[in-house]
Amino acid sequence: MSILVNSDTRLVVQGLTGSEGSFHAEQMIAYGTNVVAGVTPGKGGQTHLDRPVFNTVEEAVVEEGANTSIIFVPPPFAADAIMEAADAGIEVIICITEGIPVQDMIPAYHYVQKTGAHLIGPNCPGVITPGEAKVGIMPAMIFSEGSIGVISRSGTLTYEAVDQLTRAGFGQSTAVGIGGDPIIGTRFIDALELFEADDDTDAVVLIGEIGGSAEEEAAAYINDHFSKPVFAFIAGQTAPPGRRMGHAGAIISGGKGTAADKFAALEEAGATIVRNPALIGEAVSNQFSAA
Amino acid sequence: MKVHEYQAKDILESYGVAMQPGRVARTVDEAVEAAEAMAEQGSTMFVVKAQIHAGGRGKGGGVKLAKSIDEVRTHADNILGMDLVTHQTGPEGQKVRTLLIADAVDIAQEYYVGVTLDRQTSMDAIMVSTEGGVEIETVAAETPEKIKKAFIDPTIGLRAFQARRLAFGLGLEGQAFKETVQFIMALYDAYANSDATLAEINPLVRTEDGAIVAVDAKINLDDNALFRHKDLAALRDVNEEDALEVKASEHDLNYIRLDGNVGCMVNGAGLAMATMDVIKLAGGEPANFLDVGGSASAETVEAGFRIILEDPNVEAILVNIFGGIVRCDRVANGVVQAAKNVDIDVPLIVRLQGTNAEEGQQILKESGLPIETAILLKEAADKVTQALGASQAA
Repeated sequence: MSILVNSDTRLVVQGLTGSEGSFHAEQMIAYGTNVVAGVTPGKGGQTHLDRPVFNTVEEAVVEEGANTSIIFVPPPFAADAIMEAADAGIEVIICITEGIPVQDMIPAYHYVQKTGAHLIGPNCPGVITPGEAKVGIMPAMIFSEGSIGVISRSGTLTYEAVDQLTRAGFGQSTAVGIGGDPIIGTRFIDALELFEADDDTDAVVLIGEIGGSAEEEAAAYINDHFSKPVFAFIAGQTAPPGRRMGHAGAIISGGKGTAADKFAALEEAGATIVRNPALIGEAVSNQFSAA
Repeated sequence: MKVHEYQAKDILESYGVAMQPGRVARTVDEAVEAAEAMAEQGSTMFVVKAQIHAGGRGKGGGVKLAKSIDEVRTHADNILGMDLVTHQTGPEGQKVRTLLIADAVDIAQEYYVGVTLDRQTSMDAIMVSTEGGVEIETVAAETPEKIKKAFIDPTIGLRAFQARRLAFGLGLEGQAFKETVQFIMALYDAYANSDATLAEINPLVRTEDGAIVAVDAKINLDDNALFRHKDLAALRDVNEEDALEVKASEHDLNYIRLDGNVGCMVNGAGLAMATMDVIKLAGGEPANFLDVGGSASAETVEAGFRIILEDPNVEAILVNIFGGIVRCDRVANGVVQAAKNVDIDVPLIVRLQGTNAEEGQQILKESGLPIETAILLKEAADKVTQALGASQAA
């Protein structure tokens, strides 16, 4: 088992014929992900990377049985692409696009909720279940098969954490980049719920950052419902208030959303706190070799 | 993106939000002319308001009441050109280049109205409070029961019943109630249609004769939506931004200046924040946030070095690149080329990890440049500590 993506994933790439979509689709195919189709409006009927290209997601679902979508569509059109995927019955929608306006994401988020699909992102690196499927832009070689679930708001910081885990001998069940925007489809809580139900996941590494209250909500959930060990790091301990630190969602506003508050909430919920991002692998290693 | 109060008022007024009358002035003469023109419309008292992006202008001496046109002249003369220091500007203050001359309204009661995204529900929320003139965060912390909220369901938008409930919640009646309902509807309309991330009126004023007008206005715009608002994008005032941050944005670098002593250059925002944390744990203080993005090419790295080194507080630089799709050997070549073009007179620590990390390290070592290299983040942190120790001993 695993969460969200696996060997049953039948992936459609929205924006397959674009340069980014094309590059990453090739990488995903090389990893062994079952990429079944692409969608580029107006290019239906063509073939790209030996895959059929359709005008609509609906056709990809009907013709090729697509159940998962990855979106590489430019920001002005990305929210529409998300809603198209949800409307077509796609179950897992992973949106890589960075820079989608908030006013576009509000209706897209609520529409996806209504259809019951899982939206991951936007502004995320994607999801990988090592050895089964990579649906994202992450470098495959740092991942290894194992039983640690990873949830992170960041891209390269996720790679950092995963690399440390792999070096320390801890493979991953699934790693989910949930995205750095203020509105994201899957929050820590949602991913934790999936990992709780996943028999192949023994512990979770949670990588948060300043801004919003998703980590505090995760802490409450961990306290009440989560039975597995959690290791948590929060980026931005030195970030000044009122400044957006790269990610649209990473901002301390009105004194809320500080790393200190998030660490405190997670610590109180029983998570193992890792204050130094260089020591994530070591923290996991210490706990499991001591046990 | 932030805009000035007078710009926010123009945006809101174009959507029918009731504003206290005012005119913009960039010189003392213009301020006097503005007041004279307003006097012809019946104004007898004026408020001279410094236009800078930071809040807390009144406490810093940037907002003055003028009881005559002569007083407008005096205040304008004092405020224009001053370095206005507020709790949001930093000790050096912000130079005042523009004034808003506003009609001083007779205040019967002050309120607060704001619209912003509620991240917990992923909906826009309108907040009102009877505690006008007080920061909403303070009200939320001390007297949260005084804040009334309405959430906007994107499938039906803001509805009149919600605006009525908010206006009743403020204890309003009669003409003031009616005007407040209209005000709230217009404010949300302006917020949503201009892709704002915040539209805040503090205070909203009920005048002695029962009218409702905005006396102050703040709007922040969604940077990601400026592509469809060319008119709003043109309101950017680079005078209000840090000069180095403006320069960085010209190179598509995401740079934020901080007041520490160790500069850093990183690919990815999350890793950049984590790198700042590592610097702190290593005994330094981060001098900046800098995300060079996915490519980390020689050109972007060189621009990054130049910007970091313009900050005289920088005693060491840590480059932290996690090569995924971008290969570390390529990044290393870029770093070497950039380091040759820029005179780097502080210790440079380069940590390359990911695809071809060893090849990257080899290239750095063979370059003959005085670069400390690392593969693990922990090693990089130790080398930062060493570099700071050496510079303090020297």
